[in-house]
Amino acid sequence: MPQPLFAFLAALAIIAAFGTILQRNLIHCVLGFALVLIDLGVLYMGLGAVTVGFLQIIVYVGAIMVLFLFVIWLLNVQADAGVRGGGLGLKLLGAIGAAALAAELFTIFFNAPKLREVRTIAPDFGSVATLARVLFSQYLVAFETTSLLLLAAIVGAIALARRLVGQTARIAPPAPRSAAAETPPRREVA
Amino acid sequence: MAIELVIGAIKAVVIVLLVLGLTTLMLWFERKGSALIQDRIGANRAAVFGLGKRLGLPNFGVINTVLADPIKMFTKEDFVPDGADRFLHGLAPFLALFPVIITFAVAPMGDILRIGKYDIDLQPANLDVAALYVLATIGIGVYGIALGGWASNNRWALLGAIRASAQMISYEIAMGLAIIAVVVTYGTLDLQQMCRAQGGVWFGFVPRWGILLQPVSFLLLLISGMAESKRVPFDLPEGESELVAGYFTEYSGGKQAVFMMTDFAEVLLVAVLITTFFFGGWQVPWLYRDGFHFPGGASWMLPNVVVALLQFVAFWVKVIILSCLQILIRWTLPRLRYDQLMRLGWKGLVPIGLLNLVVTAFIVVAAGGK
Repeated sequence: MPQPLFAFLAALAIIAAFGTILQRNLIHCVLGFALVLIDLGVLYMGLGAVTVGFLQIIVYVGAIMVLFLFVIWLLNVQADAGVRGGGLGLKLLGAIGAAALAAELFTIFFNAPKLREVRTIAPDFGSVATLARVLFSQYLVAFETTSLLLLAAIVGAIALARRLVGQTARIAPPAPRSAAAETPPRREVA
Repeated sequence: MAIELVIGAIKAVVIVLLVLGLTTLMLWFERKGSALIQDRIGANRAAVFGLGKRLGLPNFGVINTVLADPIKMFTKEDFVPDGADRFLHGLAPFLALFPVIITFAVAPMGDILRIGKYDIDLQPANLDVAALYVLATIGIGVYGIALGGWASNNRWALLGAIRASAQMISYEIAMGLAIIAVVVTYGTLDLQQMCRAQGGVWFGFVPRWGILLQPVSFLLLLISGMAESKRVPFDLPEGESELVAGYFTEYSGGKQAVFMMTDFAEVLLVAVLITTFFFGGWQVPWLYRDGFHFPGGASWMLPNVVVALLQFVAFWVKVIILSCLQILIRWTLPRLRYDQLMRLGWKGLVPIGLLNLVVTAFIVVAAGGK
């Protein structure tokens, strides 16, 4: 990947990430996040993992971020009602999380191999065949367990949704319609 | 190096111009063809100095479609409603059109064209994971529609946007399953390789086209593709009897024209995908790299340029026929109800697609495929 292109994509990712957390309008935040994810996908492709890059865009941008939009619309979150402030506990939790993430980043950064020691990757790195071979041999158990987990999540979601549908039906049965309710009493015209 | 860049640029320009031109052709076919279907006259009110009439020709509505209406639309007031998100309202139509147009970059328009010492691959961008690229760009296409509806600050528009995004992500699954079954059949994600695999004949005369291998997949892709392009019978996001015009209620002039172009470009895109996967792409029956070899044993040798030209023309003729088929379906069927739409997608197409994929995989493995 040419260095200027990498610099551009990296800068774009950082700007979009700031956009995600700093904007007040939730839809704009979602768009910023989608831009980060597309950017990451392109970065993967540039680094040789073409298949992973496309899968990233298909799964995250094409499906998950659309669901984010959905949830924001269905919960009817008002445009400017982003989370402001928050309690002390939330702030403390956020600070701890941020510190952990920063520590992780620094560890990776300082333990990274020197640029001149980096080997060039094999020509078939990141191709569908290579990815599939790794996924279905080395990581087979993890892969199948993940799919089982997702299946359980789907079944659970449907079970919850069905129970809710049943409850609302029990709470609010259709009111019996009487003939009197249907035709309003006629006003006698004097 | 420089000459390769020039060749690449020429291919890019050719495909974009072709797509935009064919979009206009589809628009004309939609207007005049629907008039034909419904026994109306259709667009016939514009002419240049009455030229056609003087020559004694009936008005085919071409001036209307390619000249009068575009000029009218692009000179109209570009209205943005009060309280709308002005930036996203302006961005949305282009965010809808852009992913559709760039998908055509992997349309295999022909095999190798040999000019001098250069072998030109007639696929504008030869990507070995093209099928994934198609799925990715189609996935991004939802955003333009969804944001256009949201940014308009209009409830009809927002309802249309929600309907559109629910419909598109539901039918993307069926579409993906159909495409994956084809990928398993050919053992490649490269659209050009798929076209090459569809060359040759069975039993000495039947072209080896994908529709004979994957008929179920063909139907799945046709139905889910039509749902993706949001046209009747799947036009609930517009639903003019319920939602005024759905997600583009608050659009006028040029931006509305861009949304309209997106629809027709999607029709073309579905036709390009179906042609590539199921109708041999650029394959002409019995035409090989060196010319025709007819079933009877007769052959007709042709130079490479003629072969490439025939393939190019064959590809686009197939695309136009399939686009016209979609327009014909659009003017034949009534709109679905929303529960019918969701039932068809989730309880109809997805299980059929999964079953088709499993059966395909078993057959490929049993036949000793990769």
